Amino acid sequence: MERLHWVQHRCRQLLAGDSRRGWYSDGLPNSSFLDTDSSPYRVCGRRRMVFPRDGPHRQEYESVSRNYKGNAIRTTKYTLLTFIPMNLFQQFCRAANLYFLFLALLNWVPVVEAFQKEITMIPLLVVLTVIAIKDALEDYRRYLFDKKVNNNIVQVFSGTQKNYIDQCWKNVRVGDFVRLSCNEIIPADMLLLYSSDPHGVCYIETANLDGETNLKQRQVVSDLPLQGEEFIPESFHSRIECENPNNDLSRFRGYMEHSNGVRVGLHSNNLLLRSCTIRNTETVIGIVVYAGHETKAMMNNSGPRYKRSKLEKHLNTDILWCVVLLVIMCLTSAVGHGLWLSKLEDPIFQVDGETSPALAGFYIFWTMVIVLQVLIPISLYVSIEIVKLGQIYFIHNDLSLYNEELDSRIQCRALNITEDLGQIQYLFSDKTGTLTENKMVFRRCSIYGVEYPHEENARRLEVYESENTETAVRPVTLKAGYSGKSLSCHSLSCNRSSVSLHTLTTESVEEDQLSSHIQPRTSAFCSRMAKEVVPDPALVRKLNWLANGCSSETLPSLELTSITDFFLALAICNSVVVSSPSQSPHVIPEARTPLKSLEEIKLMFQRLSFSSFSRSQIKGSPSFKSRLFMRGKTGSLTVSTALSNTTDLSGSGQENSFIPKLDLSAREEDEHAGQVGDQETEDALRDTQINPDGARHGVEDLSRQVKPVGETNDELLYEAESPDEAALVHAARAYRCTLRARSPDSLLVDLPGIGSLNIQLLHILPFDSNRKRMSVVVRHPLTGQVVVYTKGADSVIMDLAESPTDQAAEIYNPIREQTQKHLDAYAREGLRTLCIAKKVLKEEEYDVWLNTHVLAESSIENREELLLESAQRLETNLTLLGTTGIVDRLQEEVPETINALQRAGIKVWVLTGDKQETAINIAYACKLLCASDQLLTANCGSKDACATLLEELVLEVQCGESLTGLTGNGESFSGSFILVIDGRTLAWALEDELRSNFLELSRRCKAVICCRSTPLQKSQVVHLIRDQLGVMTLAVGDGANDVSMIQVADVGIGISGQEGMQAVMSSDFAISRFKHLTKLLLVHGHWCYSRLANMILYFIYKNVMYVNLLFWYQFFCGFSGSVMTNAWVLILFNLIFTSAPPLIYGVLDQDVPADTLMELPELYQDVPTFKVYVPYMFWITVLDAFYQSLVCFFVPYFAYAGSDVGVLSFGSPINASALFIILLHQVIESNTLTWIHVLVLVLSSALYFGFVLLFSGFCVTCSPPTNPLGVETFQMSQPLFYIICALTTVTALLPRLFVRALYNTLHPSADLKSAHMGEVESEHYRRRLKRWNVTHSKASRLPVGADNPSLEPSLA
Amino acid sequence: MMASSYNAKEEDGHHSGASSGAGAAKNRKPDNTAFKQQRLPAWQPILTAGSVLPAFFVIGLIFIPIGIGLYVTSNNIREFEIDYTGESSNSPCYSCAKNVTWNSTEPCFCTVNFTLARPFESNVFMYYGLSNFYQNHRRYVKSRDDRQLNGDPSSLRNPSKECEPYRTSGDLPIAPCGAIANSLFNDSLVLYYIDSNNSQSEVPLVKKGIAWWTDKHVKFKNPGGNSNLTAAFQGTAKPVNWRKPVYELDPSDPENNGFINEDFIVWMRTAALPTFRKLYRIIQKKPGATPTLPSGNYVLHITYNYPVLSFDGRKRMILSTISWMGGKNPFLGIAYITVGSICFFLGVVLLIIHHKYDNRNTSADIPS
Repeated sequence: MERLHWVQHRCRQLLAGDSRRGWYSDGLPNSSFLDTDSSPYRVCGRRRMVFPRDGPHRQEYESVSRNYKGNAIRTTKYTLLTFIPMNLFQQFCRAANLYFLFLALLNWVPVVEAFQKEITMIPLLVVLTVIAIKDALEDYRRYLFDKKVNNNIVQVFSGTQKNYIDQCWKNVRVGDFVRLSCNEIIPADMLLLYSSDPHGVCYIETANLDGETNLKQRQVVSDLPLQGEEFIPESFHSRIECENPNNDLSRFRGYMEHSNGVRVGLHSNNLLLRSCTIRNTETVIGIVVYAGHETKAMMNNSGPRYKRSKLEKHLNTDILWCVVLLVIMCLTSAVGHGLWLSKLEDPIFQVDGETSPALAGFYIFWTMVIVLQVLIPISLYVSIEIVKLGQIYFIHNDLSLYNEELDSRIQCRALNITEDLGQIQYLFSDKTGTLTENKMVFRRCSIYGVEYPHEENARRLEVYESENTETAVRPVTLKAGYSGKSLSCHSLSCNRSSVSLHTLTTESVEEDQLSSHIQPRTSAFCSRMAKEVVPDPALVRKLNWLANGCSSETLPSLELTSITDFFLALAICNSVVVSSPSQSPHVIPEARTPLKSLEEIKLMFQRLSFSSFSRSQIKGSPSFKSRLFMRGKTGSLTVSTALSNTTDLSGSGQENSFIPKLDLSAREEDEHAGQVGDQETEDALRDTQINPDGARHGVEDLSRQVKPVGETNDELLYEAESPDEAALVHAARAYRCTLRARSPDSLLVDLPGIGSLNIQLLHILPFDSNRKRMSVVVRHPLTGQVVVYTKGADSVIMDLAESPTDQAAEIYNPIREQTQKHLDAYAREGLRTLCIAKKVLKEEEYDVWLNTHVLAESSIENREELLLESAQRLETNLTLLGTTGIVDRLQEEVPETINALQRAGIKVWVLTGDKQETAINIAYACKLLCASDQLLTANCGSKDACATLLEELVLEVQCGESLTGLTGNGESFSGSFILVIDGRTLAWALEDELRSNFLELSRRCKAVICCRSTPLQKSQVVHLIRDQLGVMTLAVGDGANDVSMIQVADVGIGISGQEGMQAVMSSDFAISRFKHLTKLLLVHGHWCYSRLANMILYFIYKNVMYVNLLFWYQFFCGFSGSVMTNAWVLILFNLIFTSAPPLIYGVLDQDVPADTLMELPELYQDVPTFKVYVPYMFWITVLDAFYQSLVCFFVPYFAYAGSDVGVLSFGSPINASALFIILLHQVIESNTLTWIHVLVLVLSSALYFGFVLLFSGFCVTCSPPTNPLGVETFQMSQPLFYIICALTTVTALLPRLFVRALYNTLHPSADLKSAHMGEVESEHYRRRLKRWNVTHSKASRLPVGADNPSLEPSLA
Repeated sequence: MMASSYNAKEEDGHHSGASSGAGAAKNRKPDNTAFKQQRLPAWQPILTAGSVLPAFFVIGLIFIPIGIGLYVTSNNIREFEIDYTGESSNSPCYSCAKNVTWNSTEPCFCTVNFTLARPFESNVFMYYGLSNFYQNHRRYVKSRDDRQLNGDPSSLRNPSKECEPYRTSGDLPIAPCGAIANSLFNDSLVLYYIDSNNSQSEVPLVKKGIAWWTDKHVKFKNPGGNSNLTAAFQGTAKPVNWRKPVYELDPSDPENNGFINEDFIVWMRTAALPTFRKLYRIIQKKPGATPTLPSGNYVLHITYNYPVLSFDGRKRMILSTISWMGGKNPFLGIAYITVGSICFFLGVVLLIIHHKYDNRNTSADIPS
């Protein structure tokens, strides 16, 4: 797996043009090449030098900075001057517009000219204008934004005035010194040079960048003066060298060279990114290194996404067919004209008789291309765009996709794939945060092999759950929800703040009655639920021994120290930022008086050590003593510094004497310890079972003690990077192990019975997905040793926590086994598990490691790899402390949603990084699995095993299928197969050889669960399914690990939840809850698809029908390209008179009401098979259009045959009836008719008649040579006109009406449609549904493409 | 919609910066209106056999009577047609047809005898009919200058380019220019009634009122009014095929001369189909009970000027009365009866289907 990651990483590097280093043949990242490439300051080929603007390097500054961009941004595409040429150019890049231009130009060739020259330009002009207006409006909006941003004021140091003066953002240049105060937005990417914070840190909020509202810490460049004197820009003479601008937000490499030649490494921790906000820091000064478009924020801004929907691709083939049709018609005309001409010898009506028939035919071909141009529905593309905007508008405004709690609507980021939502066949879902809330709550833990079930806690969670569902419907929640919003609740992009800053919700009020002993507190990721952990009585009792020292019962001190270490690790092994509204987060509160006097502590530790001593004396070996003393020596070195803040120095010495004993107990290798542990478990269990009162007493006891502390701590806010961290910190806090403050190099922690301790923080090795763990290196406050606390995924930690020696193994192996058991139990319960481990480092070990680590840190090139490797070197030989189980509740209505999606024929896959048991458990919980399903698990150790397993499974599934197929095909719903595959097996299954088997298998399974899968695998799976099966895929996820999957899928949906905005930024649609998928897919997807498909069909129908009228006329005018209509009417007919109805149809039509679609998800899969844009529908439509045009032409033809009718008079009833037919055709095809439809239809016909009447009334010499004067007025005064129109319209629409009625009556699936009428008794409906299902499932067994159940009635 | 995600956020960033702590919660909740939530009251026509069959019956019931009415009306129209092309040797106009060309200066005369079996009662319209004459040819249709015909003096001198190659004759502009005018039908037809004592009496033919009012009064105008047409058309040439200039089309009546000559106007309204008729004269109903054209023998005197055999054309003379629905045309009546019957038949089919399958729900149209 790691190899895979590394390869991915390498590829990314290489793609990024980072080709300075060649390929490394040895694969693994932890191999030795990292050490060989050790020159951290290797000169980069392309890099940027930054000098202070007003410094002494004035000349260098001028020469270097000339090419750097200023801070003014321009996101507009055009300027006033370039708008017309650029926009035209861009528009003519589209093939459709080029075609139009070609036609317009063609009409300028005299021999083929069909209309007046201007008229053929009209469609082109209209299309160009519409799009240009749209573009201009968009651009103008961008311009306004830019202007606003560019004119923001910021304080910039001016070399001439020797002071900070106000400047606009746009005037900021690279090399400027910028001073910012709290809550100001950073105008450009700057290097942090000074912070008013005494520790040289500053906090920023990156909500504008990635939506994360937790505060992030940034550090002043390492060797600059931290505090004290104000930073003086004039005295800054250093030269900064850093990499060229790039879009990697988390990477920044470079160094600063002081005037004395000393170089200091720079990294992303020193960089303040544009558009972030300074928080909790009074004043910050930085030097601008990247400005304007070169800032990382701007380089990450790629704008809205453009995807082409499947329907559009499909549409293109139909357009091609239209072209073929056009060519056929034009060829017919050309040949016809040639033949017609060859029969004639200089007739009087032949104007230019000298051209040969062949040449004339050739000319006619091109003339006909112009005449019949409408056949190619150019305006269709514009219409589709408009329709999609309308559809997006309605999706965006849907009340049921609005999240009351977060005040967020659905976000439609891709504008042109709405109809893809209606064709989804495979749905890939992330688990955490997508199916679940991603609100982590500490549920239970196991320490030193002892399980603490936290039953009270479980009860509390249950109560919460039921309360939550109750309160969710009450309107009170809303009110409280709004009141909670404050500070930075500014957009969907950072809605998390609105969650986290809820101060008063109804839930909390009610919860207070339940558990009133802890005050509500808020911070990121901390719902009330997460904070209120009810301690486990047994564990409390054990802690109380430490706190109170009442050792009436004996307790192995090894366990006790394990417990203490465990909670200490929970409290400090994280990147949580402690802050409070009243206090700056970084200020370490002054040392408080410990809860107990030093004497008491001393006594306690004495007692503790005695008890352990006595026990060990009783049971243990004498070797203890010597070891005790040894430890004592090593431990006493640096305690005084560590404790400098907490107690007076004299106290530290006293404490010192006890610490070794504590530590000794930690090292105790008593062979009975395991037994004792078991005993303890039993004791605890007995306690809780037999004497719950006593246990509760214990809890209350603790609570009473906590209370005063809690009150003083009320203002503490924990801002964590991940919800798990927050949950753990709060859990530790529930056991009075409270993280009070954090600074870059120290942590202040309250420990029960000991009081505040200042812990010296040596290093944080942050979490990364390769290591799957994080560590802190601290100097232990009590022992003074260098201790590594590691927290991470159980699989990783359990592997690393292998005791080196046999002796240790004796005691730790049972613990490990126990813990493993507990882990498995947790996973089965669906809990997320994390293991906590520690490691005590010898000073010399630490020193060795420190050297390499510092080297790695200051490396400029492959810093990431070096750091990774360095961390891996440290995190070995860990001692397992315990494990935690965190519950992540399912989001509301997830089972219902999944059920609905499955009923809709969508295969739901869950791709998660969690363990198999957890994944299966969640799958059960959300009803992805039901009891009757057969679970197929694929965990293989090798590729060969994987191959055989896959084959076996395929056979098994085939067997199972044939069985169910025999017993009765109606029952195929029950007892489906579910494949569960783990990451390793998946990796093999995705390889070329096994791919087909895997596909075969997964295609036959109802659902597939991939656990332990990496982000890369997720996207590979989606890719595989999408490409190999050729199906429509949807991926939904909420975290950065889902981004690749979201991007690969046809439709990517981001859940704007707890984990930042990466998923949302890369998605096509962003929703806030999983349950919104139901309405989005089943209703909006269905609608959008059927609307658009129907609209396209209608559009094509309309064009074919109208164009054919002109074509039929050619047979009666010697194929001369003559038309029976005025050219204006001809062009405007398609462009104006009949353009609005299809748009309305495409935006408003509802083939089935929303309620029905929600109630009957089966209708969803209906769409791709029966009513849609499938090829035969295209041909049916074209045939119908042919028929209608035949009627529409030949009824007037026969009615006027032989009479004295003029050309335009003949065209008049044809045009009028064509209009009626086209409009009424839509009425037949429409499923809903609202007043808007009626209005548009009436307006369309009114516009037509108004136009032609005015035209014929007033156009005396206009529009030569076909003069319309008096034609229409005369025609419309004749009864014959109306007789013809009535007959034509009725005859043309009769077949469609009849077939539609017949189809709706006879086709069973149409029953479903009318089922919503409610008048069908449910029994009847169910019978029909079953019948339909049977036919459907039968059909689905046939090879792909033949699954059109009973389409015969629709074929006319 | 979202112009650029970055900008949107940038803006939001300013908001938060400015109003932090103000707690001004923006409500992004969509409006709960019927339109936005797509809940507009709608008529949902589910077209099933049950809901559609009344329409079929109604259409059938309306169409069949209309069709019968049309058929009867059409049958009551008297129409007589005689072909005088003379392509066959036994035809009286055979020699004319053979000899006449556009260049021949001498007119050719021929007479055609015919008998009307039944009298024509009301106004009789006399048409000439041409077959295989593609007056709707694209180039032909365009070959005119409406401005010139509207009396525009500049277009008179400088006709539109559309008139090519009939735009100028030598150096002079042609008036009226273009192929349509050039090919003006120039046969003249005179009808004589042969009464019982074998004496011929000329049937009075009215040559005014045959063009559309709008054409005569709005669209076609002589240049310089009607005062002196010869002067007005000074400096223009007659179309090449014409025997006489445009101002001599009807020297007897200044209101029917020049561009506003009604025969000319009728010709200029190009026919839609290659076989067409054009109104030539009107025979007005005589007062009293005497029929306009009594039954009996007639003779048609033809001045044969118009050659059609070169394009395999035919020339006819048509006498027809007229009804409210125009000329004789049985098609519409038959079509109406047929469509009505089909509707009725389909209605019955739907009824059967409805009773067999669609028994669950008779009224599917429910406004929600």
